[in-house]
Amino acid sequence: MAELVGKIRGVTKLYTRDGFDVLALDNVDLDIPEGDFVALMGPSGSGKSTLLNLLAGIDRPTNGDVAVMGTTLGNLSESQLASWRNRHVGYIFQSFNLIPVLTAYENVELPLLLTDLKKADRKRSVETALDLVGLADRMDHRPKQLSGGQEQRVAIARAIVADPDIILADEPTGNLDARSGEEIMSILTTLNEKLTKTIVMVTHDPHAAAFAKRQLHLEKGVLVENVGKS
Amino acid sequence: MALPIKYNIRNVFVRKGTTAATAISIGITVAVFLMVMALARGIDLTLQSSGEPLNLIVIRQGATAELVSDIDQEKFDALKFLDGVATENGEPLAAPEAITLVYRPRKGQSQGANVTIRGIGPKSNDLRSGFKITDGRTFQPGLAEAIVSRRIADRFQALDLGDRFKIQSSEFTIVGVFEAGGKAFESEIWVDINALKSATNRPSYSSVLLRVKDAATLETLAARIADDQRLQLKATPEIKWYEDQGSATSQTIRGLGYFIAVIMAVGAGFAGMNTMYAAVSHRTQEIGTLRVLGFSRTSILLSFVLESMAIAILGVAIGILLALPLNFVSTGTNNFVTFSEIAFNFRVTWDLVGAALIFGAGIGLFGSLLPSIRASRFAIVDALRET
Repeated sequence: MAELVGKIRGVTKLYTRDGFDVLALDNVDLDIPEGDFVALMGPSGSGKSTLLNLLAGIDRPTNGDVAVMGTTLGNLSESQLASWRNRHVGYIFQSFNLIPVLTAYENVELPLLLTDLKKADRKRSVETALDLVGLADRMDHRPKQLSGGQEQRVAIARAIVADPDIILADEPTGNLDARSGEEIMSILTTLNEKLTKTIVMVTHDPHAAAFAKRQLHLEKGVLVENVGKS
Repeated sequence: MALPIKYNIRNVFVRKGTTAATAISIGITVAVFLMVMALARGIDLTLQSSGEPLNLIVIRQGATAELVSDIDQEKFDALKFLDGVATENGEPLAAPEAITLVYRPRKGQSQGANVTIRGIGPKSNDLRSGFKITDGRTFQPGLAEAIVSRRIADRFQALDLGDRFKIQSSEFTIVGVFEAGGKAFESEIWVDINALKSATNRPSYSSVLLRVKDAATLETLAARIADDQRLQLKATPEIKWYEDQGSATSQTIRGLGYFIAVIMAVGAGFAGMNTMYAAVSHRTQEIGTLRVLGFSRTSILLSFVLESMAIAILGVAIGILLALPLNFVSTGTNNFVTFSEIAFNFRVTWDLVGAALIFGAGIGLFGSLLPSIRASRFAIVDALRET
């Protein structure tokens, strides 16, 4: 059996918004084995993004434990979490979230600035990552000079450049046209199948979800369905 | 590793309008600071260069300035033959001098200021260096003639070559214009001491300038004069005399400068704070993204402080450019010791430029701290939701 990359046990997340308590996740258990490609689906407010944020260590559960690669995230301080994220997590945002004043190359290089890699090694890694997403010829372009699909490909390059253990993608095709969305899903599939990257993706789009190995459905903070690829 | 500096520099130039407005407000503050400090430095440098290393200036005990001092002929005779006074051709190098003030209107203004008239003796010029007549000639002993410094001639009405002015009821004619190497004497009019004593009906002198034989004698002779109960005089090394005069005046100006600069700095600091709050607000999602990538709260904080500093440094550059043309521009103010005009040049020196840099950076730091702390404290999830 493959090693577990993500292990979620009894996780509850309670928010207080505008004076009201909102139960985002209710006693969720989940195992994510190495090399898995999970699509988290469900209606808005079902807790998909909350689950993704907990796995990324950018939010903390109200109850329960989240462990990634054997590290229980609740035991880490804020600064330890920041450093841990840099080493273990690649995050892809719906709105790409590239830094507008930096070029594609500089955006992809950002996570590597927190490592001990020398400039020449960083250059090699950045070029490899951009080459992998087919943007080796757009390195010096600023985000504004790229199409939405190209921006998301730069964001994927940024997510994989530090060779993370898990890639978390929040609606990666949500802001893209169908063709660009297809290209992005194709890249994610390659990362999962060829490079055995573990991917957890939040999506509303059944077509995008179909690229995943299994689909998890959440409703009102509860996992209601776990469907494997036929 | 912190965020790359190019990230901050490029962001500074993305917001050209607000960056320029903030940099200009810091620049004006730095320029005012620099100008006032250059004024004080000009006074200091003028007065510090005025004394000769082997000269002692002697005035009455208890007097704080030549103007309120009084030394009679008998005491002068005793002074010039004291052991330790240098001689030239057998004559002691000692010069009695007298001071009075005349009020003159400034050029282009109805208001004026007191100008120092110094009555000098035959040995006075031997005791001072850098003096030279640039127009006309020197006065003839015993006659009601005067020579006026170039700066005073330039700054006051009717004090040019050939003009006449009155000391009490006596009319003096200006027969020459002199320069004195930028020293304090360039704020004076010189006349023959006997002509001045006659015009002011004053039998005594204001001060005596003595040249000592060597540096070792300077303090011992000063102590010898102070200890002599018959003389009731005090002697001060001429360099220290002018330094003290300078610091009294320049410290007052500096105090005023600090006061104005601090008030303006608070204003500029708040302008900087406003700019940085806007930057943080505009880039909240970006901050969230950087945190997700692994940048710590501290690196976010430092990044915004650095960005504010970059704007401040731009402001300092503007301030220096605004203040620099003043360097060596001649001006004048009231000497708070002699109660008369002191003419000097603004001096924007390197240490003042350094102080301006620190001052401007301080404004940048003040303006950045609260917004930067805010930026570093965002919850990542909340920051990412901002659009």
